[in-house]
This record gives sequence, structure tokens and C-alpha cells, in this order.
Amino acid sequence: MEYSGLLIFALFAAGFAGLIWLLGVPFGPRVRLGYKEQPVECGKTPFDLPSGRFDVKFYMVAILFVVFDVEMMFLYPWATLFRKLGLFAFAEMMVFLAVLGVGLAYAWRRGALNWD
Amino acid sequence: MSGPIPLQWPLALSALLFTLGVVGVLTRRNMIQVFMSLELMLNAVNLNLVAFARHSESITGQVFVLFVFTVAAAEAAVGLAIIIAFYRNKQTLNVDEFNLLKW
Amino acid sequence: MMPDIHYAAILPELCLVVFGLGHLMLSFTVREENKGSLAAMAILILAVAGATMIPLWNHPVVTFAGSYAVDNFALFFKWVFLLAAVLAILHSGSYLRQEGMEHGEYYTLLLFAVLGMMVMASARDLMVVYVGLELMSITFYCLVGYLRGRLGSNEAALKYFILGAFSSAFLLYGFSLIYGITGTTSIAGIHTFLAAHPEAMAAPLALAIVMVIVGLGFKVSMVPFHFWSPDVYTGAPTPVTAFLSVGSEAAAFAAILRIFVSGLSGQSELWTGLVTALAVITMTVGNLMAIQQRDVKRMLAYSSVTHAGYILVGVVVGGSVGSATVMFYMLSYAFMNVGAFGVVAALNRTDGREGSNLDHFAGLAKLHPALAAVMLMLMLSLAGIPPTAGFFGKFYIFMGAVKANLIWLAIIGMLNSAVSAYYYLRVAVYMYMREPEGEPQVMVPVSMRWSLAASIIGIFGLGLFPDAVLALARASAAAF
Repeated sequence: MEYSGLLIFALFAAGFAGLIWLLGVPFGPRVRLGYKEQPVECGKTPFDLPSGRFDVKFYMVAILFVVFDVEMMFLYPWATLFRKLGLFAFAEMMVFLAVLGVGLAYAWRRGALNWD
Repeated sequence: MSGPIPLQWPLALSALLFTLGVVGVLTRRNMIQVFMSLELMLNAVNLNLVAFARHSESITGQVFVLFVFTVAAAEAAVGLAIIIAFYRNKQTLNVDEFNLLKW
Repeated sequence: MMPDIHYAAILPELCLVVFGLGHLMLSFTVREENKGSLAAMAILILAVAGATMIPLWNHPVVTFAGSYAVDNFALFFKWVFLLAAVLAILHSGSYLRQEGMEHGEYYTLLLFAVLGMMVMASARDLMVVYVGLELMSITFYCLVGYLRGRLGSNEAALKYFILGAFSSAFLLYGFSLIYGITGTTSIAGIHTFLAAHPEAMAAPLALAIVMVIVGLGFKVSMVPFHFWSPDVYTGAPTPVTAFLSVGSEAAAFAAILRIFVSGLSGQSELWTGLVTALAVITMTVGNLMAIQQRDVKRMLAYSSVTHAGYILVGVVVGGSVGSATVMFYMLSYAFMNVGAFGVVAALNRTDGREGSNLDHFAGLAKLHPALAAVMLMLMLSLAGIPPTAGFFGKFYIFMGAVKANLIWLAIIGMLNSAVSAYYYLRVAVYMYMREPEGEPQVMVPVSMRWSLAASIIGIFGLGLFPDAVLALARASAAAF
């Protein structure tokens, strides 16, 4: 029964989202123009297909994101048991974050975070 | 249908995924596809570990999965960087183009 | 809540982490003309780590809840790693300067590769083995591809990365099966469980063992998982090749000894047959391929496949006797293989021509008699001719096989060793009996001279006092 709140919340969220979506059908404006049928329809004609090449800058960001994001996984078990583990685990996690910080500082200094 | 899922099911799925990964690595010609097959193999291992951890009610397997995930992320980052360096010099990601050193 | 951590025992590792990260940050402040100090700093860090291990000798400690052992076995291997790293760094400076790639990251990566090897040597838990192995492998992927402007280096890195990740997935699958069967990842726990349930799940266990052999066999370039080694060894920067060929192999053998000879000793009927067959195939195939090579770097790559085959004989013999012979061999291998690749690096950089073809060695005795003499001694040691370290390394391994009633295996090993003399001595023939093409200047930088001198001293030191070192190795292996 302790999860019933979650169920009610999920039902409410789904119902509300559905309602908004349905309201758009009678009330929303409707324009049928050539460029709206295209894959990218934000008013600009696409100059390249999405299967083309991406700038290498995106890869740099992706690489950094993957590394730092996944390392954060170790924070979850630590955070759930934080009270039980106490001060030593806190210090240890700070050391872990400091090591990650050195990595970030390195990436920064080498200019991996510069967009241009 | 009730009760816990028998251990054989996740193990069979994991074996299947692992085999798919192996086949993918060996037959795909594009670097990125090879790379994705490698990740598939690692995730098959993770599934195995979680299933065993659940079955034997020991936490070790789940902890192992955390390590596999993070190491795989680091590996993926380095792998992507190597692929980019290769691409910059060669302008292709096709395995067949590896001809400087014999495969 | 204080966990069980013995800080004094992991001081060498802590040293490498703290100073390694410090080295990385400091490298930003070093000016272009002082780049040489980066190598000196790295060597200093390795020396400090080595010194902190001295008080740990003969005081075995098991820490981190039984998953990390700092015993003499681990310390012996750790000193081998440090030695190989120092010798390789001495070769690196001038090589990188010539490539215009002398950056701090190179040395930091090398330090972390050593850290990964140390973790592997001490690991008493499959999880720790895996983390150490990956720390070592990932840094090596970067180091192999370090010359990022060169296609050969890129391609070698990509190949090493894909095959390396492929093999570690196999290793992990094997580990997960072992965990499923025994319910633990602790190597001691696995041993206890299997001793209590000797018939437990023989078929899945055999599958797990095969997968672990595939995974670790890749790292030691065991046939049929050796395809990467000639290409990666040729494409990587030569000092990296020198370190890779010794360090990665030694670390993988440390893990093999811990897992198989210590953890799975009760199940030896499941793996000795397979490993024996692989040992025979590995040394024979390595030899047959090495004979055909005209590129010295590639020849040395295949020759390290052959050496992996000899060392596997020591693993098959097993127990503390077999382990001790493996350890002695690794030490002598560190001296001779880093030295041999070092000569290639020295020649490569000052000849004015790219490549390490056999023709580049023609007439070296006239161009640079000292370098030729060093190469000759290294080749004699690799071929196993007394009184060098290489001879005693092979001698002890084959004697171990004879004592373990594997006389046929010892004979195959000796025949292979005789065949290998052909391609090692061919280099000597080129150096001493051919005329040099043109008049290339051969200049060996000072740091390389130091490293080569250390290799030669090591070879003859081990060759003249082998018993003392073997006794040391035996005392180390007895405890683990």
C-alpha cells in the first residue's frame, strides 16, 4: 500500500498529459505546407541528412559526459547508506570526487571544454 | 504465472546476447558497430552477474556490475577517442581499410 | 565504521596515485625546454614506490577484507614492473623528443599502467583482478596510440583496443560463471568452495575456465590469441612496445598464477591438459612465424609469443616450484626484452630512415661497435646461451618440467629454443658480417645508454648468480 501514492501520481500525470494532447486536436492551429512534411520542420530547409557527419566537438562532449556521468554511479549506493556508513565513507567519497576533480581540471586545462 | 523467474531464463538470455555480441564483433565491418557489439557482450555479463547475485542472495554480483559499468564507460571513452584519431588520419571507419599492418 | 585497510601495505600504490596525478598537474607548468625533467620525475616516483616496498618484504599482509594481498609474491612482481617501467622511460625521452610528442601525459599514463599491474599482482579477488587488468589495458590503449599523427600508431591502438575489449569480455563472462558456481569472487573462497564440493558443476566450470584462459591468454599473447601482438608491437612507439611486452605479460602471468595455480589448484585436471597443449602450440607457432620476419621489431614480437609459450610450461608445472621459475623468467625477460626493443628504438631514431628492417642492422658493428655488442649480448640471452639470464630462465623452467615428469614437454621446449637461435643470431650475422649501406650516423642518447647498460648488467648478473635470485623467487612463491 505504501506505493499507492506513486500509482495515483502516475495515473494523474498520464491523464493530464493525455488531456492536453487531446485538447490540441480541436483547438490547435493546422497548417499544411511543404516544409512541415520534412524531417526537420522548424522553418528551415535541412541542408544535410541526419545520417551525415557530425562535428568532432560533439564527440568530445560525449566522451567527457560518458566518463563523468557513469562515475557518478558510485554515489548512489553511498548516498542510500550514507547514515549507516558514517564519516569514513564520507571522507572516502570526497577523495574519489577529488580524483575525478583532477580529471576535470586536466580536461579543462587541455581545452576539452572549449566549444570553439 | 507467479513466483520468481527461474535462474535459467536470464542465463539463457545472457548467453544469447553474448553470442550476438561475439558474432557482431566478428562480422561487422564498421568500427562503431563493432564497438556496440562489444558493449552488448559486457551487458550480457552484467545480466549474468545480477541473475547470480539474486539467486545466491549475495550482494557481490551487483557490486561487480557497478565496476563493469564504470570500467566499460572509461573503455568506451578511450575507444571513441582512438576511433576519432584514426578517422582524422584515414577518413574511414571500415575494418577492411586496415591495411598498413596486416589484420 | 572503519573498514579493514592496511595503509602501510598499499603505500606504493598510494604513492603512484598521488604523485601520478601530481605529475599530470605539474606537467602544465613545465616549460618546453625543461621537458626532460618530466621523465626524471616519473623515474623518481617509481623509485619512491619501489623503496616503500622494501619494509614490506617478508611481512605478508592481506587487507581490504581479504581481497588484496601484499606478500613476497606480489612484491617480486611489482619490482619487475617498476624495473621494466624505469628502463622503458629511459628509452622514451629522446624517442618522443624526435617525434615532437614529449608531453607529461605519456609519463602519467605509464605510471598508471604500472599501478594497474601492481593491483593485478596483489589481487586475491576476481573483481580486483578485473579492475587492475582494465586500468592497465586502458592506459596501454592510449599509449599504443600515443603518436596520434601517425596512421600506424592509430591503427595499432584501434586493433589493440577492439581485440583487448573483446578478450576482456570473455574473461568477464568466465568470472561471472565462476561467481555463479561458487557464490563468491574471492580466490581463496573459490578454492574453499571447490575443495568442499569437488564435483560441483564440472561442465559450467570447464566453460568458465576456458573463457578465463581466452581472456588472460590474450594478454600474454598465447596462440591462438596472439594475432594482435605483431601488429600492435610494430605500430606502437618502440619504448611503449618494450614496456608492453614485459609489463602486460608479467602482470597477466601473476594473475594466471593466482587464479589457476592457487585458486583452481584442486581442479587442475580441468585446465592442465589445455594449457599444456597451448604452451606447445604457442612456442612452436611463435618460432615458425619469427623465422620468416625481416623486420626486427616484428621478429621480436613473435619471439615474445614464443617466450610466452616457455613461461606457460612453468604454469603447467605449477606449485611453488613452477611459480618460482615463472618469476625468475619474468625478471630476466624484463632485462633482455626491454633492452632489445631499446636497441631498435635507438637505431630507429638516429639512422635517418624509418623502420626497423634487418637491413638497418647491416654493418652496425662498424658504425657503432658498442651498440652492436649490446645487441649481440641481448640476442644471445634471448636465444638462451650461457652464461646469460635467458639461459638460466629456460633452464629452470625445463628442469621444473623434467622434475614434474613432463620430460617430453621439456624436450619440445629445448628443440624450440634451438630453432629460435637461428633468427636471433641472424641479427648478429647482419651486424658483424654485412657491410653498412651508406654512412648513416648512429648516435645513442645518454639516457638510452644508461638503460642498455642496466639491461646488460642485469643479464649477466642473473647469469652469474642465478641461484640466489631463484632462491628469492622460490621463497616468494612458497607463501602465496
